Amino acid sequence: MSAPALDRPLDESALQGRFDATIAAGHRIEPRDWMPEGYRKTLVRQIAQHAHSEIIGMQPEGDWLLAAPSLRRKAVLLAKVQDEAGHGLYLYSAAETLGADRADLTDKLIERRQKYSSIFNYPTLTYADVGVIGWLVDGAAICNQVPLCRSSYGPYARAMIRVCKEESFHQRQGYELLMTMMTGTAEQQAMVQDAVDRWWWPSLMMFGPPDDESPNSAQSMAWGIKRHSNDELRQRFVDMTVPQAEVLGVTLPDPELALDRDTGRYRFGAIDWSELQRVISGQGPCNDERIARRRAARDDNAWVTEAATAYAEKHAGV
Amino acid sequence: MSDLTAEGGHGAVPTGPEVPVEPGAATTRRDWPLYEVFVRGKRGLNHVHVGSLHAPDEEMAVHAARDLYTRRNEGVSIWVVRAADITASSPDEKDPMFTPSGDKVYRHPTFYEIPENVPHM
Repeated sequence: MSAPALDRPLDESALQGRFDATIAAGHRIEPRDWMPEGYRKTLVRQIAQHAHSEIIGMQPEGDWLLAAPSLRRKAVLLAKVQDEAGHGLYLYSAAETLGADRADLTDKLIERRQKYSSIFNYPTLTYADVGVIGWLVDGAAICNQVPLCRSSYGPYARAMIRVCKEESFHQRQGYELLMTMMTGTAEQQAMVQDAVDRWWWPSLMMFGPPDDESPNSAQSMAWGIKRHSNDELRQRFVDMTVPQAEVLGVTLPDPELALDRDTGRYRFGAIDWSELQRVISGQGPCNDERIARRRAARDDNAWVTEAATAYAEKHAGV
Repeated sequence: MSDLTAEGGHGAVPTGPEVPVEPGAATTRRDWPLYEVFVRGKRGLNHVHVGSLHAPDEEMAVHAARDLYTRRNEGVSIWVVRAADITASSPDEKDPMFTPSGDKVYRHPTFYEIPENVPHM
C-alpha cells in the first residue's frame, strides 16, 4: 500500500509513548502504526511458526485421507485438512502485514531456519490417531488460541478469531470419532487407548516449557501478544480434558493424575522436557519426512505457478 | 531451555535470536501480487476486509478467495483489489486528518436540547 508522504517525524520516545499508551488502553496495534522493532520481530517469528505449524499439520492427518473407513469420515477429514491449509494462509496474511514475505517464510521453513510445533513430528499410526489429534491436539490448540483472539496486534487477533471458529469443529469431530470407536470392538477400543497413550504427553508439551524456564514470555505478555503463561494454559487444558476422558472411557497415561480437592484442579506428573528438546531440535520421529514433503510440494508444483503466471500475463496483454 | 517458549496456537518453538525474521535476499522466483479480499457476509451488509492472498490475476484471486475465506457460507459476494492499488491514510496523520471533526459537536443530534414533551424527535 502506498501512503502520502508526511514530513512531520516524531522522535522515537514520543512514538514509543504512543505505542505504550495504545497497549495500556487495551487497544489494538495496526499494521501502519509505529511499533518497537522487538515487537515486530517477535510477532513475525510467532505468526510464521504458527502458520508453518498449520501447514505442516496437514500431513499427519492427510496421511489417512485415502484410508478413511467411510465416505462420511473421508469428507470430514478432507474438510478438516483443508481448514488447516486455510489457517496457515490466514496467518501468512497476517505476517505479511508486518513486512514479511510469504514465499520467503516458506523457504525459511524448508531450510529449517524457522520452526513449527513439535507435535506434528509424531506419526499417525492408526485411524484412532485422527480422532485423538482432533480431541487432544486441537483441544490444546484451542486453549492457546482463544486468548490470542485478544492479542494486541490487530491482524493476528482477527486471524485467530477465524481460526477459533473453525477449530471447534475439529475438536468435536475428533471426539465424536473416538466415541464411535469406543462403542465398537475390543480391538477398536484398544486402538483408542493406544493413541491416547502416545499423544497425551506430547499434547502437554505443546504449551511450552514451565514458566520459570520461559524468559521470553514476560516480554510477550507485557506487549499483550500473549495473555496467559504456559503453565496456566497447560493446567487449564488438563482440567478441561480429564472429565472428557472419563466420559470417553479412556485412561490418561499418568499415574499421578489426581484431583486436588482444595483447588478443584488436577495435579499431574512430571513432563519429560528432554523429549521436547529432542523433537524440536530435529530428532523427532518424523521431522525429516515433514520437511521433505513440504519441499516437494514447493518444488514439484513450481510448474503450476509458472503456468498460471504465463496464463495471467497472456490474458493481461503483457 | 531458554530458547523455547509457547507461541501461537500449536505450541512450543524456539524464539531465540538465531531464528531469522527478515525477508531474505531477492529470490529468483517472481511472486504473484498480493490482493486484499473483501467479503459481503449477506445481502444488506457492506463488503468487509477479511485478509489477503497472492494470485496471478484478479479472476484467480476471486476463486482463491472463495476457497480461503468462504468455506462455510461466510459470504455472498467477494471483492479483490491489488494491495498496491490501495491508498491509505496513515495513523501518523491521525491528528490533522481526523481532529477537525472533534470540535464540531454540533454535527451530532445530541448537541441540541429539545423538551421531553416534544414527540417523535
